[in-house]
Amino acid sequence: MALNFWQSTLGKKIVMGATGLIMIGYLCAHLLGNMKIFFGPGEFNAYGHWLRVMGAPVLHHEWGLWIARIVLLAAVVLHAVSAYQLSRRDIKARPQKYVHTKPRMSYATRTMRWGGVILGLFIVWHVLDLTTGTTHSGGFQEGHPYQNVVDTFSTWYGNVIYIVAMLAMGMHVRHGFWSAAQTLGAGNHTRDRALKAIANALAIVLTAGFISIPVGVMTGVVS
Amino acid sequence: MKLTLRVWRQKNPDAPGAMATYELDGVSQDMSFLEMLDVLNEELIVKGDEPVAFDHDCREGICGACSLVINGDAHGPERTTTCQLHMRSFQDGDTIDIEPWRASAFPVIKDLVVDRSAFDRVIQAGGYITAPTGAAPEAHATPVPKADADFAFEHAECIGCGACVAACPNGAAMLFTSAKVNHLNVLPQGSPERETRVLDMVAQMDAEGFGGCTLTGECATACPKGIPLFSITAMNKEWLRATRKVKR
Repeated sequence: MALNFWQSTLGKKIVMGATGLIMIGYLCAHLLGNMKIFFGPGEFNAYGHWLRVMGAPVLHHEWGLWIARIVLLAAVVLHAVSAYQLSRRDIKARPQKYVHTKPRMSYATRTMRWGGVILGLFIVWHVLDLTTGTTHSGGFQEGHPYQNVVDTFSTWYGNVIYIVAMLAMGMHVRHGFWSAAQTLGAGNHTRDRALKAIANALAIVLTAGFISIPVGVMTGVVS
Repeated sequence: MKLTLRVWRQKNPDAPGAMATYELDGVSQDMSFLEMLDVLNEELIVKGDEPVAFDHDCREGICGACSLVINGDAHGPERTTTCQLHMRSFQDGDTIDIEPWRASAFPVIKDLVVDRSAFDRVIQAGGYITAPTGAAPEAHATPVPKADADFAFEHAECIGCGACVAACPNGAAMLFTSAKVNHLNVLPQGSPERETRVLDMVAQMDAEGFGGCTLTGECATACPKGIPLFSITAMNKEWLRATRKVKR
């Protein structure tokens, strides 16, 4: 049954939509947590610490964090694998291109594939930069996320990578949320305006919210 | 009207094919697009050239035989079938590009004619109802709510022309398959096969090598019968429901 589901183009697309929604949910939570950076190092670092003791005393130290990481990793991998396999199939289904072509799809729709690749690369950099500290500029200090964030956004490339990726994320979410609703069978004529409005609102709020952090560092609001 | 036509010419499925340019004079704006091609073919025959092969049948916009991607649009610039497209939609002196439907599931047979039998096999997989044959039953024996009848009719309008596949950047047949699934699945006559229909038709659609849906909406824009994009949403819902109900 599970194999039949995965082998169907509809099944793969449903997996892509469902994992996309999981990631959008995570982005909302991540943004809310990150907004604490505007209330000073004490509050932000305490939030960082809480993520490690989340679910205590039921959960052991860092278990909650690792459960979230495993769910997210599974979502990213399933999302990317289904997208890759479906894209390969889509390209094969139109072996001969039209001589007369005109771009009609919206920018967000046309850039889903490459935008997705950009986001995948960004996630790798983001984890190496601010979770493991491998590629961090300057001295990465475990347990001092506030200072680490300020250091990252004190470099020009940190700002460029982050802002470009957040713009790509906004577009991806704009088409992705609405598409996921259709793929999961939730769309119809009467609901469409609401679904499109939610997709746009999510895209704008998530993009503006995340970009406010490097802008905060650049303008000295966060330092 | 004087036109420059650039037409895809291909001798047979295995030949390479290329765009050929023809000048055509004396085109009336009251001609249909296919009549304009008839005029071109008469000139080609007089000159001893091979006429351009293209599909057509009823020329009334109801059979789904005509095709043609005209200037990058399936069935051309108006929302109708190519046979119902008139030359008044073009300007004197225009250059018009005419190409066949492009999809690996729709191989070119000759020039602008493609093999659409993949659609027939999708229909064979479940686009029917199991009903005893014989005299027509009393029309009121099976009541159908008005909303369901309207929904079924909206999808039953699909003429299976394949414009959705031609317009889709992924060569997907989702709009066609969803129109056929929804048309029968909402009606009481179609309910005995409600689950197997959607599962089998989607499986056949995949087996034919059509692409997947990326919700670009190109299909619904190109559809001469106005099948809505939400038809695909409704089929996704039916498919999800069927995967839960049917254990195989």
